[in-house]
Amino acid sequence: MKYNKDNYKQVVDEFTPKNKMLKNCVMAFIFGGAICLVGEIINDSFVAWLGISDEEASPMTAVVLIGISALLTGLGWYDKLGKIGGAGTVVPITGFANSVVSPALEFKREGLILGTAANIFKLAGPVLVFGYFSSFIAGLLSMLFK
Amino acid sequence: MKKTGKTYIIKDDVVIRDTYTIVGKKEGQGPLKDKFDMVIEDDLWGEDTWEKCELKMQKIAVENLKNKNSLINENIDLLISGDLLNQITSSSFAARALELPYIGVYGACSTMTLTMGLGAMIIDGGFAENVICVTSSHFCSAERQYRLPLEMGGQRHMSAQWTVTGAAAVWLSKSGKGPKIKHVTFGKIVDLGVKDANNMGAAMAPAAYDSLNQHLQDTGIDYDLIVTGDLGTVGKGIVNKMFNEDNKSIESKYDDCGTIIFDINKQDVHAGGSGCGCSAAVFGSFLYKKLLNNEIKKLLFTATGALHSPTANLQGESIPGIAHCLGIEV
Repeated sequence: MKYNKDNYKQVVDEFTPKNKMLKNCVMAFIFGGAICLVGEIINDSFVAWLGISDEEASPMTAVVLIGISALLTGLGWYDKLGKIGGAGTVVPITGFANSVVSPALEFKREGLILGTAANIFKLAGPVLVFGYFSSFIAGLLSMLFK
Repeated sequence: MKKTGKTYIIKDDVVIRDTYTIVGKKEGQGPLKDKFDMVIEDDLWGEDTWEKCELKMQKIAVENLKNKNSLINENIDLLISGDLLNQITSSSFAARALELPYIGVYGACSTMTLTMGLGAMIIDGGFAENVICVTSSHFCSAERQYRLPLEMGGQRHMSAQWTVTGAAAVWLSKSGKGPKIKHVTFGKIVDLGVKDANNMGAAMAPAAYDSLNQHLQDTGIDYDLIVTGDLGTVGKGIVNKMFNEDNKSIESKYDDCGTIIFDINKQDVHAGGSGCGCSAAVFGSFLYKKLLNNEIKKLLFTATGALHSPTANLQGESIPGIAHCLGIEV
């Protein structure tokens, strides 16, 4: 065979279809924007109709979005949205909820403790680890320069 | 020795007496929908897990193959099977229910020709008269073991393939009528450094080229049809390119099961089908019927496998490819 590890890469690139970058970006913008719009509507509704302060309405909005995302994941719809929306559905908090609920559902067949509980942070684990770590660094910096 | 080059010559008749195929709903909506023996309606088939559904497909495929041909366990010498899951779960657990002497093998998606090649050699060696070869794959059980949870929202790469939900059982016999296995070439592992688990076709294509080239060189047979297992559009293109560059084009009589089992343009499978069940289901239905109907007389059937390990991949290893060839003649 005339190919080796060095020159085979070119052949692979020649035959591998490219992802539709522009289309993916536009869809991500639309879906991500739509999720944020829903969040804004919920937030403003809390403030306008329930008389909740803006400060309190924001975490409540996050809880509602997470709840909706978990429900859509359970119904098997979120992955369909994700297929079209791409990063637009992954980046918002709903994507994080989806990444927690999807392994939780998938591993429930192996039992509550060693299945669901042990695997629930399989995908979200890195987000949590680096999230905690960066909060620690931010906290440390704010303490030092206060 | 019954060997020419790296290819084994099956001297006595080893007849492919019958096959039985079971596929999932999506495969049952594809271009081969009328060719399968059974199409299951959902991905659980009355079981509570996908793994149990997959082993049920293997078990029912063998049982129905036996019933169709009035075969009883006393007449079957050996069951050879394999699948994609860790500890070849589907095969071993199906074999537990089938109560036959069992050899479990792992060849990733090359399993169909691996089991049939071994079966043919065992029969030709005089150690068995009737052997049943089985393999299966299931989209959901494979996705969860090799990739991400199914409900996780995200986009699949354009070069990614769709694991076929399907199983096929093949009855090989020393006597009777049917297409015969004449030559067997077990391939060597070829790895040209592809690390992208979303591009299995590219990882396997060099192995497919190597085994096909070896087989054609050893036997010199002019086949009516050459079919690889699950290279998909990417791997198929690369194999064609490699033979064209050697001035030995096979393009006019070459196809790939991954591009046959699904309608690539309509069924949203990206680069095509994959999995043990892909080549198995296409051979057991479409190709076997072509041989029976004399539409083709000489078939070179080459299942291809990506011996991919998610753990090794994370540790920086590439994906080794393998391909095993069967020369089948009417």
